[in-house]
Amino acid sequence: MIQLKKVSVSYGDHEVIRDVELDIPERQIVAIIGPSGCGKTTLLKSMNRLLDLNENVRVSGDIIIDGVSIYDNGLDVTDLRKKVGFLSQRPHPLPMSVYDNVAFGPRIHRLDVSDILSRISRIGQFEDLCGRIGPISRTRKSRRESLRLLVEYYLRLSGLWDEVKDRLHVPATRLSIGQQQRLALARVLSIEPEVILADEPTSALDPISSKLVETQFRSLKKKYTIVVVTHILRQAKRLADYIAFMYMGDLVEHKPAGEFFSKPDDERTRAYISGEIS
Amino acid sequence: MNARKAEENLFKLLMLVSLLFVLASLAGIVAVIAVKGMSAMSLSMILDTPRGGYYLGKEGGVANAIVGSLYLVSGSTIMALIISLPVAFGLQREYTGKRLADLSRLVLDILWGTPSIVYGAFGFVVMVYLGIRASLLGGIIVLTLLMIPIMIRAMDEAIRMVRHELKEISYALGTTRIETTVAVVLRQALPGICTAVVLAFGRGIGDAASILFTAGYTDTIPTSLLDPVASLPLAVFFQVSTPIPEVQARAYASALILLFIVVIVNILARLLGWRLSRNIVK
Repeated sequence: MIQLKKVSVSYGDHEVIRDVELDIPERQIVAIIGPSGCGKTTLLKSMNRLLDLNENVRVSGDIIIDGVSIYDNGLDVTDLRKKVGFLSQRPHPLPMSVYDNVAFGPRIHRLDVSDILSRISRIGQFEDLCGRIGPISRTRKSRRESLRLLVEYYLRLSGLWDEVKDRLHVPATRLSIGQQQRLALARVLSIEPEVILADEPTSALDPISSKLVETQFRSLKKKYTIVVVTHILRQAKRLADYIAFMYMGDLVEHKPAGEFFSKPDDERTRAYISGEIS
Repeated sequence: MNARKAEENLFKLLMLVSLLFVLASLAGIVAVIAVKGMSAMSLSMILDTPRGGYYLGKEGGVANAIVGSLYLVSGSTIMALIISLPVAFGLQREYTGKRLADLSRLVLDILWGTPSIVYGAFGFVVMVYLGIRASLLGGIIVLTLLMIPIMIRAMDEAIRMVRHELKEISYALGTTRIETTVAVVLRQALPGICTAVVLAFGRGIGDAASILFTAGYTDTIPTSLLDPVASLPLAVFFQVSTPIPEVQARAYASALILLFIVVIVNILARLLGWRLSRNIVK
């Protein structure tokens, strides 16, 4: 559960978001919508402290995830970012092969691969994959084999497996942009997050790739909390269970998707939905 | 309109003439060295050391200078690499504040531009203080000092070209600064880093002034770090103005071999860079 309490963010003197109060429900797709430049991406990046990478940024207020304040001084940021994964607008593949891109997360966080694999086989999602997850022993060779199965699992989850299974070791930059974005999704999934933050995940993609990514999001929400920033109103209509509307740095209104489109409270929301402002 | 076209044609002509001039000079240098050097080249020239003293002796070859140069430049390249790589990364924004980094870059640029004879003089003072005589060790120390500013600045430029978004993606996956630096930034900047090493290597192998007093000269191949060592640039220096034609021939052969080594290393570096660019994000 993510709770935002009076969150304000400014870059130097310029205030980007003001006093945002929002509770993100679990295991749903929450869409943050609004016109360009009104603070949606900043709001998203505040939730995994990716804003820390900018120099002039000031964040006030608090964000509480699972009862822990994430702007606490003693917090392990790498742990936070493992729990709250981030998918950016443009897919930036890491300078390595497709396989290494997906294996990067488990290697960095030294994840217990056999533990994850046994959980996967219990869920039983991809039958022929689960059939190959036999009893895991601790020898060197089977650790490599286990990682291989894990990488396959994440690539299947992101809908990319069939297109790359014969070329796992080509440089990731050789993939098309739609494939790269799905690779980025597999990469985020590989760190075993609980939340996925997606910043306009399909805006750089063609319609077919966009549809593929949206389909994956729909099946992923059963297990992950997904927060999507989008400026495509129709996408929000298709995907979202809960909508938060931002305008010029203010959180104007937020409610379940059905109510949002049928009974908006605020004038600005009405104007945005009807297309007067975009 | 005609005047503007004429102006454009004039400048195109001037640019072409400049290019031809530069290429001709380069060709001239290579041609002279090649012709004079090839006439003196033989297997013995490469494999034998000078007989009868390097200045007056007519026989033998320049093996002392070839091996000496290779010893000097490999020792100093490795030492310079070990020091330069961490410093180049340390100059980045993640690790150092802007003021200190800018000041460091200024200092390094000044050091890069400092004439190598100054390094030689400095090295000589250090060696006298430490009680080392002109030797392989002395030469390596001075060449390392000479190469470090070049390597650091060139690596720094390569590392700075790694896009911020790439690093952001890596951090978003929950990495520490060191993990992102080594697993992502280093990989992405590797071709540029190789170029930096080759750049420094080129300066190091061709430099005469810095090793004049610090490496010494000899007609044997050194067996310990404290022995004096010959080098190709100094082989040219000492042997080109001799009245004895055979010794002069050795000078030109040394110049040709030096040129040859530089060309080979550059080609290998290009190949290596191309190989390492396989995975990088363009």
